[in-house]
Amino acid sequence: MSDQEICQPENMVYCRTALLTDAPLSYCPGCGHGTAHRLIMEVVEEMKLQADTIGVAPVGCSVLAYDFLDIDMQQAAHGRAPAVATGIKRLMPNKFVFTYQGDGDLAAIGTGETIHACNRGENITIFFVNNGIYGMTGGQMAPTTLPNMKTATSPFGRDVETMGHPLKITELIAQLPGTYFVSRQSVHTPANVRKAKKAIERAIQYQKLNKGLTFVEIVSNCNSGWKMNPQEANDWMEANMFPFYPLGDIKVPK
Amino acid sequence: MKDIRLMKGNEAFAEGLIRAGCDGYFGYPITPQSEVLEYLSAQKTKERTGMIVLQAESEIASIHMVYGGAACGKRVTTTSSSPGISLMQEGISFMAGTELPCLLMNVVRGGPGLGTIQPSQSDYFQAVKGGGHGDYKMIVLAPASVQEMFDFAKLGFELAFKHRIQVMVLSDGAIGQMMEKVELEEQIPRMTDEEIIKKYPWTTTGKTPDRERNIITSLDLNPVKQEIMNRKFQAKFKKIEQTEVRFEKIMCEDAEYLFVAYGSSARICQKAVLLGREKGIKVGLLRPITLFPFPTIELAKLSKQVKGMLSVEMSAGQMVEDVRLSVAGAVPVEHYGRLGGIMPAPDEVLNVLEENFIKEKNYARHTV
Ligand SMILES: Cc1ncc(C[n+]2csc(CCOP(=O)(O)OP(=O)(O)O)c2C)c(N)n1
Ligand code: SF4
Repeated sequence: MSDQEICQPENMVYCRTALLTDAPLSYCPGCGHGTAHRLIMEVVEEMKLQADTIGVAPVGCSVLAYDFLDIDMQQAAHGRAPAVATGIKRLMPNKFVFTYQGDGDLAAIGTGETIHACNRGENITIFFVNNGIYGMTGGQMAPTTLPNMKTATSPFGRDVETMGHPLKITELIAQLPGTYFVSRQSVHTPANVRKAKKAIERAIQYQKLNKGLTFVEIVSNCNSGWKMNPQEANDWMEANMFPFYPLGDIKVPK
Repeated sequence: MKDIRLMKGNEAFAEGLIRAGCDGYFGYPITPQSEVLEYLSAQKTKERTGMIVLQAESEIASIHMVYGGAACGKRVTTTSSSPGISLMQEGISFMAGTELPCLLMNVVRGGPGLGTIQPSQSDYFQAVKGGGHGDYKMIVLAPASVQEMFDFAKLGFELAFKHRIQVMVLSDGAIGQMMEKVELEEQIPRMTDEEIIKKYPWTTTGKTPDRERNIITSLDLNPVKQEIMNRKFQAKFKKIEQTEVRFEKIMCEDAEYLFVAYGSSARICQKAVLLGREKGIKVGLLRPITLFPFPTIELAKLSKQVKGMLSVEMSAGQMVEDVRLSVAGAVPVEHYGRLGGIMPAPDEVLNVLEENFIKEKNYARHTV
């Protein structure tokens, strides 16, 4: 059989998402951001939500997310995405509004905006990519950096005595009555990708119920910041990040 | 029948917002402007016009909520006073970089720092020279009465959308708190989403198959493109300087001396003009209504007529720099200011004019 004969719509089991643009991704090879983008767009496409979706891009490696996602998007100042999304959703309550943020963005400079949007129960969805580091600015320590983890600003490892403890922001916001669904996933293996997609689907579906904020954390790697190749980074993530940030749903509707 | 009420300046502004078809207000309390959020909350705006009113967790959050709503083409606003406006500068700069229209009000109080809650005009530089990072300007409207507090809500939105720019109403604690008679214009309807999409094709309202995706961002890592963007911004500010200057002239026809003052100071100078005229001094008042764009050309014209100008401000001398630039040395320009939340009295101001110009005393005496 020729390629053409094989490549028929009825034989297709997996293809490129139409809602990703042709722009080459600006992420390092092996970085989880690309897969996370794809999953969100896949779900938006499957739910036929393109015309109803407004996304908010953060500051961080994913600052250019709008170059890759074929939807209307706004770029927010460092950490302010939940406030921007609040403004959009309050004025366009029928739209699907989401933010896409890294840990430096969401759990450091934007802690206030994050906690209060969650606590107000804004009917938005937050996708939170936690790679334990500031990727974009050169691999500095983030609030989520693990104890003893080496970064550009903790070159001898994070000393919790002087630098404080890693912040489990997802567990923190799951406590708040304004959050409706909170889940932590990863995208480093096909099985995990499938689970992450399920969580993303639920987060988007639940937003329509207007019962509060839905939140999906994706624990990811940062090969460049961690100074590892992609395989080493994924292995290191499994061995070190997952014990501290265990995967699974943290808060599900009763 | 006309709707005439006795209102506080802050309340008049809030009522002006509702009647101007405002879609959303996101605010955080601070004296002396807390009445705006209080009034809007009491008005049940959701039921009255569908307007959303939300108390944010901080001024930083408020301005970024405004940013989100403005990108959807909505008429959105926030108000604050000096320390709160300082916190908003990040968001204002982002809105300048994305050319998002919005209305802001600063009910200025004495600073720096936590300062005082008394009225001041010491945020002039911050309002007219940029304020946040980057090369940008806002249109700045300076109300001198409660009526103008009401009127400038509508005017502010119109200018903001006409030029895709941020408009700041630069008020102060006296105008925000004082009560006067106001004539209220009829309510104009809020725009529907369909009207917005048609009128403002740049908005992020959800990508439909008939158009490319809309992106609101101020980021462009390519410096050449950044320069092109910045040149476009500057061309817009130039155009605004040519078309949107607003001012009021009081007894200027035969004036030999001129007060230049805005807002509360202009009200004081208006009285000082009358006191001066009673004494036979030919003095007039130029009241800038727009502080950016500044009435430069009008002041240059008046500099050919008068013997001296006195810039009266509740600051250590901020607007006086613009007055001096306008007259380019053609006549002496002096400054008189009270600081820290103190308002000058009309006779005090007239004395300064007399001492500086009429009794031909040392010009430098009252410069700060
Ligand atoms: C107000 C402000 N402060 C600092 C920065 C610099 N900055 C850019 S990205 C970043 C960290 C982003 O880290 P994270 O959110 O973890 O995203 P990642 O790059 O790891 O995906 C910082 C500090 C900025 N752009 N704006
Ligand atoms: S620096 Fe890290 S987070 Fe950023 S693209 Fe590279 S791997 Fe991804």
